[in-house]
Amino acid sequence: MKVEQISIFLENRPGSLEHATRVLEEANINIRTLTVAETADFGILRLIVNDVEKANAVLKENGFRVNKTAVVAVEVPDRPGGLHSIMKVLGQEGINVEYLYAFVEKSGENAVIIFRFDNPEKAIEVLLANKFTVVPGAKLYEF
Amino acid sequence: MFYNEEFETLPREALQAMQIKRLQQVLQRVYHTVGHYKKSLDAAGVKPDDIKSLTDLRKLPFMTRSDLQNNYPFGLFAVPMSSVVRLHASAGTSGRSTVFGYTKRDVDTWSELMARSLVAAGLTKNDIVHNAFGYGLFTTGLGMHFGAEKIGASVIPMSGGNSKRQIMILQDFGPTAICCTPSYALHLAEQGGVLGVDMKALKLRVGIFGAEPCSQQVCDEIEKIYGITALNFYGLSEVMGPGIGMECLEGRNGMHIFEDHFLVETIDPQTGEVLPEGAEGELVFTTLTKEAFPLVRYRSGDISRLITDPCRCGRSHIKIERIVKRSDDMLIIRGVNVFPAQVEAVLTDIEGLEPHYQIIVDKSGALDSLELQVEVSEKTFSESGSVKELQNIERRIIKDMKDYLGVSARVKLVEPNTLQHTPGQAAKVIDKRRI
Repeated sequence: MKVEQISIFLENRPGSLEHATRVLEEANINIRTLTVAETADFGILRLIVNDVEKANAVLKENGFRVNKTAVVAVEVPDRPGGLHSIMKVLGQEGINVEYLYAFVEKSGENAVIIFRFDNPEKAIEVLLANKFTVVPGAKLYEF
Repeated sequence: MFYNEEFETLPREALQAMQIKRLQQVLQRVYHTVGHYKKSLDAAGVKPDDIKSLTDLRKLPFMTRSDLQNNYPFGLFAVPMSSVVRLHASAGTSGRSTVFGYTKRDVDTWSELMARSLVAAGLTKNDIVHNAFGYGLFTTGLGMHFGAEKIGASVIPMSGGNSKRQIMILQDFGPTAICCTPSYALHLAEQGGVLGVDMKALKLRVGIFGAEPCSQQVCDEIEKIYGITALNFYGLSEVMGPGIGMECLEGRNGMHIFEDHFLVETIDPQTGEVLPEGAEGELVFTTLTKEAFPLVRYRSGDISRLITDPCRCGRSHIKIERIVKRSDDMLIIRGVNVFPAQVEAVLTDIEGLEPHYQIIVDKSGALDSLELQVEVSEKTFSESGSVKELQNIERRIIKDMKDYLGVSARVKLVEPNTLQHTPGQAAKVIDKRRI
């Protein structure tokens, strides 16, 4: 049920993000969603793409430092309280969220929230038990 | 003014007679007590008895920093540890640091030479000395301290850092002399400016500067800002610490080497050939009186020239010019000696780091700054691909640089292949400072 996220190490300087997106474009990789974590000197670009293995390979070939991380995608109706309903359960169960980001599905009805947990297995178990829709990687890559 | 007029003004002939006698004693002693010297003299085919004059000195093999490192920590000590009363050491991780021992008599000699230095700068027991050199393993702080006490001056053992407190004490205690690196003097003046303190209004009369290069321009600037006389000393921890040479108040061109305790030569750093007096070359020192840690023909890495003209102060001892160049890749960061190889050792000791790095040295205000750019390795990022973990690595590097090398570094993780991968450590340094 886990989703693979690609993380790329980037220096904080003009052109470094452009280089990464160029490599992905040339390899015909489609980005489903992304986020950037940044510090004063460096950033980490986190991506969900349609072809994880290919993206991983072309980025490495082009000298990027790449990391694959397991994240969990949860689908909720795109309306007030959607995210809160998940956070409430996670809070009750004592599950820690390292970071999260989100996008809205093409249909516009649902939002997909990408979570990074310390313990993804436990989180999936809790989410499923509480009737949340956990989106498997294969489905997410094809959205 | 002299602390020990007899020895400081000894006529050259008498001085040289004393030097050769002392040199012969040193050679006998090290040859028979320190394994390194027996090996190196035997390899060079020289016996201590072969050294009959000062010109015979050149028959003896050189010693370098790596000889010191290879004998880490106590391999070059010429006395048993029970006779050693003090240990000092240079920065560096285990095996890359160098350790110096002193007997009671060595400490007394050192104190006397520092007393001579301070008296040459015009200090007396009526002076209050603000010593802003770091105390501890670093030799300069304690060296200055013992010398100042020896002449009966009142010492303020400030050590480095805490600039605001330093300025408060400069105002409240009214020291008449300050000892620190020239860049720290400029830094204090900057801080004083921010606090609205007129540095000229302080009671300071003289500054004793060293542990890093000091150009005439910097000295002039310090003199102007503080309204003091700025004098330079020469020190080298391996040879003793401060107290090897001192600029006198009367001459003010070059630092007198206390030749009754040290022999100094200049050599061509490439060929090792001894240069005629007055030619620019690498300074080589031989200690004549040290008991615990004698050194024979130690290559200092400092480039200078010998000044043999008689000095108006009356000292018979020769002088060396201020040091502004090195024969190796040693960096001086806020008075601390740092070799790129030591930085590399710090990095490779941290698991997962690739030793692709660059050192960028610059000035931040008056003070030196060191930025270390380190490439993120595949291993590091695949195992610790989070901001938190990468920041932990940065913190670890900063801490190890401070703990092992005594240097505050700024660390910047960079993408692979952004740094020049040139072999050799010197290529990994960009020094933007102007000396």
